Amino acid sequence: MEPTRLSQAIAEALKERYPEEVKEIREFRGQVSVVVKKERIREIMEYLHDTPELCLHYLRDICGVDYLGKKENRFEVVYQLFSISHRHMVRLRAEVSEDDPTIDSVTGIWDGANWHERECYDMFGIRFSGHPDLRRILMPEDWEGYPLRKDYPLKSDLGEKEWKGLKKVLELAEKNKIYEMGEHAKER
Amino acid sequence: MILDSTTALVEAEEGVKVIPAANTIITTIDKLVNWGRVSSVWPMTFGLACCAIEMMTTGSAHYDLDRLGVIFRGSPRQSDVVILAGTVSKKMVPVIRTVYDQMPEPRYVIAMGSCACSGGIFDTYSTVQGADTFLPVDVYIPGCPPRPEAFIQGIIKLQEKIKAEYFRWSRWR
Repeated sequence: MEPTRLSQAIAEALKERYPEEVKEIREFRGQVSVVVKKERIREIMEYLHDTPELCLHYLRDICGVDYLGKKENRFEVVYQLFSISHRHMVRLRAEVSEDDPTIDSVTGIWDGANWHERECYDMFGIRFSGHPDLRRILMPEDWEGYPLRKDYPLKSDLGEKEWKGLKKVLELAEKNKIYEMGEHAKER
Repeated sequence: MILDSTTALVEAEEGVKVIPAANTIITTIDKLVNWGRVSSVWPMTFGLACCAIEMMTTGSAHYDLDRLGVIFRGSPRQSDVVILAGTVSKKMVPVIRTVYDQMPEPRYVIAMGSCACSGGIFDTYSTVQGADTFLPVDVYIPGCPPRPEAFIQGIIKLQEKIKAEYFRWSRWR
C-alpha cells in the first residue's frame, strides 16, 4: 500500500477504537493527521505504541502550534509518529485550550519526549502533567513569557519585559565604562 | 659601510635608532611595549555561531593565523582579545561579559560578522542588537560570514590600533 493509504488505515483504526476522542481526520498533500481531544492522549499513544500491527515505536517530534484568533482551541500539540518496522507514519494533533493549557506527558512511553515537551513548554507555555522535569530548555530559567506565542513581541526590544539577566549586564557595562581606555590613550 | 664599528646613530625606522658599535637600540617605551603587544595578539577560544567556523578556517594551515602572532588560548586569563564570532543571544550576554571581565588589561574586542556588529537579520526577542551594547568593541568585521581575508584584515586593523596606542603601559594611563 502507498504511504498515504497506510496512514489513513491507522487513522481509521484509531477512530474505530476511540470514536469519542477523534474529532477529525485530515489529509494534506498525502500526509494524514488525526485531530484528537487531549484528555486521553496518553491512552491513545499507548495504543499506537503497543499494538503490534501499528507498532509506532518512533516519536519523531513533538511541537506546539498557536492558532491565536483562528481556531476555537488556541493551541495544538502535534505528535509525529513513525514505525521503523512497518515503515508507516501518522500525525496526531491534540487540541489544547488557552484557559487550561495542560496535557498529559508521554515521557512514560518515549523517554525522548522529555526535551521535546520541555521545548514546547518553553515556547508556548503548554504544561505537560506527569513530566519528570518540566523546566525551560532554551530560554533562561527566569525568562518571562513564551516567545513563540503569536501575541509575543516580535522585535528585539522588549521594553519593560526585558530579561533581567540582560538588564543587569547592561547596567554593569555602563558602570564599568570609566575603566575602559581613556580618550588620551587613543591619541598618538 | 662597515656598521659594526660605527658609533653614529642609524635610524632603522621612524622612532627607532641603532648604535651598531654598541649593539644598542634606542626607542621609546611606547614603541617597545606596543611592538610586543602587536606581535602576540592572543585571542580567547570562543565561538558563538557560524562565524566561528570561518574563524577556525582562518586559523588553519591554509590561511594560518600563527604568522600574525595570533595563537588561540583556552583561558581568558591568558588572552588579549575576545573575538565575538556569531550571533549574540541574550542568554549568552552574561557569559561573554564574564569572559571579558576575566581577561587582563590590555584587552580588546573584535566583533566578527553582521550579527555581532549589529544583530544582523535577527531582530528578534532573543538576539542582542550588536555586541557594542555591552562591550567596548575595537574592530568591526562586516560580512555574513566574513571571508578569512576579511578576518585577517580585521586582525591587522587591531594591530594598527595597538601600534598607535600611547602611554598604555603606565599605571596612570
